[in-house]
Amino acid sequence: MTLKKQMETASRRKGWSFGVGGEPFGGKPKALKQFWHRLGSPKWFYQMSGPWQTTFVILAVLLLVTGMAWGLAFAPPDYQQGNSFRIIYVHVPAAILAQSVYVALGAAGVLLLVWRMKMAQLVLENLVGFGAWMTALALFSGAVWGKPTWGTWWVFDGRTTSTLVLLFLYFGLYALRRAIPAREAAGRACALLAVVGVINIPVIKYSVEWWTTLHQGATFKLTEAPAMPASMWAPLLVNVLGAYCLFAANLVAKLRTAILRQEQGAAWVREWVAGAGRP
Amino acid sequence: MMFEDWQAFIAMGGHGLYVWMAYSAAVALLIANLTGLGVERRRTRRHLQAQLRSRTEEGLDASEAP
Repeated sequence: MTLKKQMETASRRKGWSFGVGGEPFGGKPKALKQFWHRLGSPKWFYQMSGPWQTTFVILAVLLLVTGMAWGLAFAPPDYQQGNSFRIIYVHVPAAILAQSVYVALGAAGVLLLVWRMKMAQLVLENLVGFGAWMTALALFSGAVWGKPTWGTWWVFDGRTTSTLVLLFLYFGLYALRRAIPAREAAGRACALLAVVGVINIPVIKYSVEWWTTLHQGATFKLTEAPAMPASMWAPLLVNVLGAYCLFAANLVAKLRTAILRQEQGAAWVREWVAGAGRP
Repeated sequence: MMFEDWQAFIAMGGHGLYVWMAYSAAVALLIANLTGLGVERRRTRRHLQAQLRSRTEEGLDASEAP
């Protein structure tokens, strides 16, 4: 009997388990635990996720094209801001993604630091660029909205400054990974930065309430109905959903490519490379 | 449609420059992002194919991968 088997038998008998990665969901139903473990397996993820990628790409394009056309041509103009308000349909989804991607990186950081999950490292390594571009789009669309609305491209207030800090956090993650040659050490350092940097997310969220600011308050709140009519927020909702589909499409596609590179020694990858078909 | 004609649509009530700058940046980023995903995948596949070929040509056993 191998040591591992002995330990497993012992743990079963005594009702306790051996630490790392063993029993993240001790008492939860078996199906959930199984799914969790499979999600941590690059091979399983690769073989399952082909259709997911196609679905998310198609949904993202359909939703974003619909939402943008709707917001540009069919939503009513704002009674104060006129047509410049249509920038909201680009700005808000980009800003929501900028923050959501960072939260995802923070979550991946926890998974990597606590459970050493292989897939979490791939998430940390491959999602930084997407998040940085979304933050840049949020800042850019905010600037071109600020010019006609506030009379200036940029102002250092709570919301804009904390979003700029978010962009620098993405740059930091990018630079840190390249500064440390050992992959595992770079992964842990990036995980730590990602986790600590999550503190910036509530600062962005509450910045419009904590400080006097030119930036308007939240468009959507979980606790209240939106202040704008449905003809205005419906296209925004479509674009936010489309943005999340784009996020999912990027996550799945980048993970799939990274898995091929990481597992290039495995038999199933060599079969895929040599043959025409997908495994 | 909220606009009387194409010219009004382009002009956006005097805010055309700002609105179209924001939307063109978003569309450009979307196209670049989605094509980038496909390019990256094909590049990875070609890279791995080339590696596999050179390994086979050197007469090494392909199963002894790094």
